[in-house]
Amino acid sequence: MSHFTRAEACAIAIAETFRGDGEILISPIGNLPAIGARLAKLTFEPDLLLTDGVASIVATVQPVGGAKGPEPIVESWMPYRSVFDCVWSGRRHVMMGATQIDRFGNQNIACIGDYEQPKAQLLGMRGAPGNTLNHPTSYWVPKHSTKVFVEKVDVVSGVGYDRAAALGERASRFHEIRRVVSNLGVFDFGTPDHRMRLASVHAGVTVDEVVENTGFELAIDGKVPETRAPTDEELEILREVLDPNGFGAKEVKG
Amino acid sequence: MDKRTTEAAVIAELRSGMTIGIGGWGSRRKPMSLVREILRSNLDNLTLVSYGGPDVGLLCAAGKVAKVVYGFVSLDSIPLEPHFRVARQTASVEAVELDEGMFQWGLYAAANRLPFLPTRAGLGSDVLKYNPQLKLVKSPYEDGEEFVAMPALELDVALIHMNRADESGNGQFLGPDFFFDDLFCLAAKRRFMSCERIVATRDLLAEGSLHTLKINRTMVDGVIEAPGGAHFTECPPDYGRDEGFQKEYAATAKDPEAWKEFKARYLDLASEAQYQKAVKAR
Repeated sequence: MSHFTRAEACAIAIAETFRGDGEILISPIGNLPAIGARLAKLTFEPDLLLTDGVASIVATVQPVGGAKGPEPIVESWMPYRSVFDCVWSGRRHVMMGATQIDRFGNQNIACIGDYEQPKAQLLGMRGAPGNTLNHPTSYWVPKHSTKVFVEKVDVVSGVGYDRAAALGERASRFHEIRRVVSNLGVFDFGTPDHRMRLASVHAGVTVDEVVENTGFELAIDGKVPETRAPTDEELEILREVLDPNGFGAKEVKG
Repeated sequence: MDKRTTEAAVIAELRSGMTIGIGGWGSRRKPMSLVREILRSNLDNLTLVSYGGPDVGLLCAAGKVAKVVYGFVSLDSIPLEPHFRVARQTASVEAVELDEGMFQWGLYAAANRLPFLPTRAGLGSDVLKYNPQLKLVKSPYEDGEEFVAMPALELDVALIHMNRADESGNGQFLGPDFFFDDLFCLAAKRRFMSCERIVATRDLLAEGSLHTLKINRTMVDGVIEAPGGAHFTECPPDYGRDEGFQKEYAATAKDPEAWKEFKARYLDLASEAQYQKAVKAR
């Protein structure tokens, strides 16, 4: 196996998040989410629908950052109106960012501090409340720290497992926080009460490092595995096809 | 009917305290010449309803706004709208922050003359905590499921910008997305559409396919020809976003002196024509 970077480990972890998704719309927000989703489509999930970042569904898989790729083949139209229809229908998996996230996967992208007069106004709720109740949602955190992984988020934009459970079985039946991928590891909610669990650490990262940088107690089952390493074929796709200009490495160093 | 009018005539019709819906999305195809005309007016205490971009930031910075109803406010290539952030962080505007889909549902309810539409979006999130006016509704059928009853976002006025229009108010978008401009028009009492170019009705289909004629004349009360009217937001295929100008605008949020200069140079002008001239002279 060849040497690989942390960003490449993240790309694999992100791609794995979409394994089994089949023929649904994938909305990856951020460079590495875009790279990971495209890697999944080029390898084990060829039926995924991906946009060009605007309003076209592109059948071909394009490199990120405007690098030269195949002549794009547009297969459908996906203006925002259709994206929302897709959300309501459930045939979508989004990977959003999170300024804060707690142990149950409640996510904040709205503001830091008091809502009436925030210390920092962020993006706003965006689609997080609706996304999380309608279809699978994952999160990408490029800089894992106790500032992001917090005991309590200031504002709940994306709904986590404790709040979904409080809504009852029927209202929460489409709720799924699939995974959180950070620059340090992969996290899921496969515990009896859906608390966040450390699913794997990326190569070169220790469990202690993850624990130290997390502001709440993570579930840890025995020996934590290492995130799957990229195959030589995947590395070639990442370096030569999807990200020849190294946009992933700009998001995650090392 | 010839519905051609001017920015000044449209804004003269508006009153302080009105609820104004603004089409487009983020820093994309915003009716900026109409926004600039509001900046030149005495209007204040406005409620803005917008998939927000620099329309919201500029009007907040100029002290025109009491309340903003939004799902996000962003400049796209600059993810956070810096002037809107200042307004929020100094608590100078009231915020009604919604999920983007709830926002659509609110417009759609108003467009359908319904008091509300049910949606799952918002349940379990802090949208409900910070907007105690939002109520839940129970399905009357066997499922008995509870939903957010998203109230109609009724607008006094809608302002939108299209690529082409005819003088009777048929509007045409030629870019990749029509956003929610049709819903803004349907949700409003008075509807004004600026456009890059007014063409003869018979020439509309030479500009783009049948499917680009998203706005029909029942949805519009006034048409304004405003070439460059969406500047500095993008208006493809006519022009892209003026990123240099947007950066300059964004930087003024951190520096009151720079804002004063920017305002004097680009906003405290007598007309849209002078604005366009000042932009060309950059």
